[in-house]
Amino acid sequence: MKKIFSAFLFLLLTLALAVPGLAKSKIIRIGFNIPLTGEIPKVGESSKYAAEMLKADINGKGGLQVGSEKYLLEFIYEDNESKAESAVAVAQKLIDRNKVLAIIGPNSSKQAVPAGEIADMNQTPMISPWSTNPDTTKDRPWVFRAAFLDPFQGPVAVDFAMEQFKAHKAAVLYALANDYSKGLAEIFKNDWEKKNGKGSVVAFESYGDKDQDFSAQLTTIIAAKPDFIFLPNNYNEVALIVKQAHDLGWKGPFMGSDAWGSAELMTLCGKDCIGQYFSTHYAAAGATGATKEFIDRYQAKYGYVPDDVAALTWDATRLVLQAIQDAGKLTGNVRKDRKAIRDAMANIKSFAGITGNMKFDDQGDPIKCAVVVRINDKGEFVFTKSVCP
Amino acid sequence: MKQKLAVPVLLFALLAVVMTLVQFEVIDLYIQTIILFIGINIIISSSLNLVNGHMGEFSCGHAGFIAVGAYVSSVLSVALFAQDRIFGAPLLPPQYTVYAFPVILVIGGLAAAFAGLLVALPSFRTRGDYLAIITIAANYIIITVIINIDKIGGARGFMGMKRVVFAMEDTAAIPWMVLWVFLFTILSIIAIRRFVSSTYGKGIIAIQQDEVAAEIMSVNTNKMKLIAFMLSSGLAGIAGGLYAHVIGYVNPKSFDILKSTEALVMVYLGGMGSITGSILSAVLFTLLLELLRPLQIIKWIVIPLLLIILMQFRPEGIMGNRELVDIFPKLKKFYRFK
Amino acid sequence: MLQTFVQNILNALQWGSFYSLIALGYTLVYGVLLLINFAHGDVVMVGAYIAFFIASLLLGHYSFFPHALPGGVALVLTIILTMILTAAVGVSLERIAYRPLRRKGAHRLYVVITALMCGLILENGNLALLGASRKKFPEMVDKVVYNLGPISVTNLKIAVILAALLVFILLQFIVTRTKIGMAMRAISYDKFAVPLMGIPIDTVIVFTFILGSSMAGLAGILFALSYPILDPYMGLSIGWKAFIAAVVGGIGDIRGAFAGGFILGFVEIMVVAFFPSSYRDLFSFTILLLILTIRPTGLFGVPKTTKI
Repeated sequence: MKKIFSAFLFLLLTLALAVPGLAKSKIIRIGFNIPLTGEIPKVGESSKYAAEMLKADINGKGGLQVGSEKYLLEFIYEDNESKAESAVAVAQKLIDRNKVLAIIGPNSSKQAVPAGEIADMNQTPMISPWSTNPDTTKDRPWVFRAAFLDPFQGPVAVDFAMEQFKAHKAAVLYALANDYSKGLAEIFKNDWEKKNGKGSVVAFESYGDKDQDFSAQLTTIIAAKPDFIFLPNNYNEVALIVKQAHDLGWKGPFMGSDAWGSAELMTLCGKDCIGQYFSTHYAAAGATGATKEFIDRYQAKYGYVPDDVAALTWDATRLVLQAIQDAGKLTGNVRKDRKAIRDAMANIKSFAGITGNMKFDDQGDPIKCAVVVRINDKGEFVFTKSVCP
Repeated sequence: MKQKLAVPVLLFALLAVVMTLVQFEVIDLYIQTIILFIGINIIISSSLNLVNGHMGEFSCGHAGFIAVGAYVSSVLSVALFAQDRIFGAPLLPPQYTVYAFPVILVIGGLAAAFAGLLVALPSFRTRGDYLAIITIAANYIIITVIINIDKIGGARGFMGMKRVVFAMEDTAAIPWMVLWVFLFTILSIIAIRRFVSSTYGKGIIAIQQDEVAAEIMSVNTNKMKLIAFMLSSGLAGIAGGLYAHVIGYVNPKSFDILKSTEALVMVYLGGMGSITGSILSAVLFTLLLELLRPLQIIKWIVIPLLLIILMQFRPEGIMGNRELVDIFPKLKKFYRFK
Repeated sequence: MLQTFVQNILNALQWGSFYSLIALGYTLVYGVLLLINFAHGDVVMVGAYIAFFIASLLLGHYSFFPHALPGGVALVLTIILTMILTAAVGVSLERIAYRPLRRKGAHRLYVVITALMCGLILENGNLALLGASRKKFPEMVDKVVYNLGPISVTNLKIAVILAALLVFILLQFIVTRTKIGMAMRAISYDKFAVPLMGIPIDTVIVFTFILGSSMAGLAGILFALSYPILDPYMGLSIGWKAFIAAVVGGIGDIRGAFAGGFILGFVEIMVVAFFPSSYRDLFSFTILLLILTIRPTGLFGVPKTTKI
């Protein structure tokens, strides 16, 4: 028994030391630091699917053309379990062990902020598709993101609601423990009160992690008689909130944010969500060109319309590949190549992504347009308005 | 002589080897991070073992105290040594970091120990599963309080601790975090070991066996509980401070009930009341989590399954309530355990 | 103001009903085995998923069984089948994981940890099997919103509250008035003397798990009807909180679990109604701590006398 045990320990240790991948030429290795388990497995799955599709595309054509040579892509997906410490360990593993040229992810800010620190410290380019926390990229030359920031999105929602609903009084229901939701709610509130006077946000309510019942908050909100309700929440919670609000007799409109933009929203929410508006990165219905092609192919392959995470991961990965191509050639020296990729990424003049045209500002945040979409009777997200910075 | 020196020499050699390896970049940052996590997890599991194993209570809110330590020490070190948008310019020059850091960690630990009162005081009147609820509630309360303090980031989390670590490395270029984690792990284990094997500390084992009988045998049970809870949560706070500085970022969600259950698993995997068991299980658990990462989703089926199977064969954890010397009596030659 | 208050009472009754239903399952198992069955919240989740598949089948959503039954019939069948199947899940957990440990005389906290692990397996097994997409529970009954002036109630809310009440009465009857209930109480009183009296201890324990898990199945289906979005981690948070509710009521006591669930529901809803909602957990858990400080064994719990 003792012997077996010590043998087992020894085995574990040797395994731990013997895993590093062997560097081979003609391969571009990119790491994905994504949540495949934990709180938001769907986000990880979308990221992975979009990346797989892109990889199949490029490898199907014989690889990525860099300078005069073709390189095959190798994507390494690591699960960060939606935990901060795992995201750090994964980032370190991808950088040190797998010698990746760049990291895509993590998606939520809770992991992207600490993992960004690791990437920046180790001089590895990282791009977070989805994180909206300013800290992720702030003062970190090696870290980029593909999503627009809350300080831009909040006023978009305010202006649109004032114009569309002729609203003067707003109510907000946000997720307290979700930094995305909370941040956006606060920005919205400040901006709304600046434009409509103090006290014009008549109810500012929150709920906790994994809550399913919102009736008390909604009762308070409805009693305050707002002109509309702003819901900067994840789509699964939105579906519950909208239904419960209707059960409590609410008949007014809702306004949402980019976290609504999931294919699952309509399966989960059904007819309750029809007619509502939200701001997002792209409008799936009525999309044209590359965006439509991406949506159709994704849907054919995985059976559902891609959500914003999938679209943003696609763009983020393509940004990295674009930067690799712009860098001109790969030397095989990981450190030098990473530096070249980072510089090329920061210098991208204009990138035509499926979530809109973008380029990076000096903080590594994208400058791109937001669109407001309406959910039509067929449950499609129809383009209503575009707002550019 | 041999008996007294063997273990300290061994530990010192281990520290020296790890430090040299890290210093000359023989082991990369990934392995280094895992080593640091192992050290932190050892503190977490052995400190929880003090309450759950030695004293026989069922505390499931350990992560709350880790959070208190993590936040207090982070806020202190950032306020003192780093340029920050909340606290402004550093209050002390960066050379002092090296001396101040252990003090900051201890202050974080003390703060966590006081948070431990939240649990310790109700434990005078109630125990068992009722106390378990109080610890869970304490965990929820601590997290909610942190979320509601916008000054320290609220749900957005708090960062800037890496700058303090860099300041230390600028002062003297050695892997400081490895050193601190190592030292504090050893210190915590020594503290726990000396406490539970002292005549005075045996009181908590008496509480585990039979609280009423212990009371009759003149053990001041309330005082013992107070000390045990405060020591346990204080050490958890130190672990939290180390965790915050290793990761460089803290977020209230990192310390929710799931983190507490991880700590629980480590304690019961190792064996209730066995310090070596706690150490062993922390090492195993951390390594297992890292090694099985390639399995992705399947990992979180395999690990619980492994644990369930292990429980079936060893229903008292890896070590039971024995220590290493009980299994290998020859070790007594080198070190007297009890 | 009064309308809001009345509306919130209704909200609290519904939300409390769920806590009660789940807390009843905890307390049943605890009352007999002194085992905190931390997998219970996940058994509720499994119940909701089972209900989802049965309901989709009966409503003709799958091509191999294209005969759609009318909503009412389908609902009754779904409830019955879900309760049976969920009970089977609960019993197999008991047989595979808990019973061997109990036989070996393991410390009861090791059984608790095993239960935690079983919960993890259920959650992540589900995630691995069915993928990360959330499921939308089909609408089996037409939702009717009754408006009594400014107060709105749905037929579902009333059904949930009634179900919680009925389950409570049924369990209370079984435990206090029937022979097997007496055996259950006897086991919790003295595990060693009971077999000597010729009571088949394992049968009684299996019966307890059948009862507790089928109630979890019922809670799962009602939960899925009220909050029709299913994901593998849905049972986690409500499971922990229901456990807290069971303890506040006095764990091991049917009345305690019932009352504790409603207390937690009322506290949570009323804190949100009258205080800033961001302080909900802080206030509600502080109130529970106060209750436990004043009554250290919960509302209905009886202090145990220890012999020396």
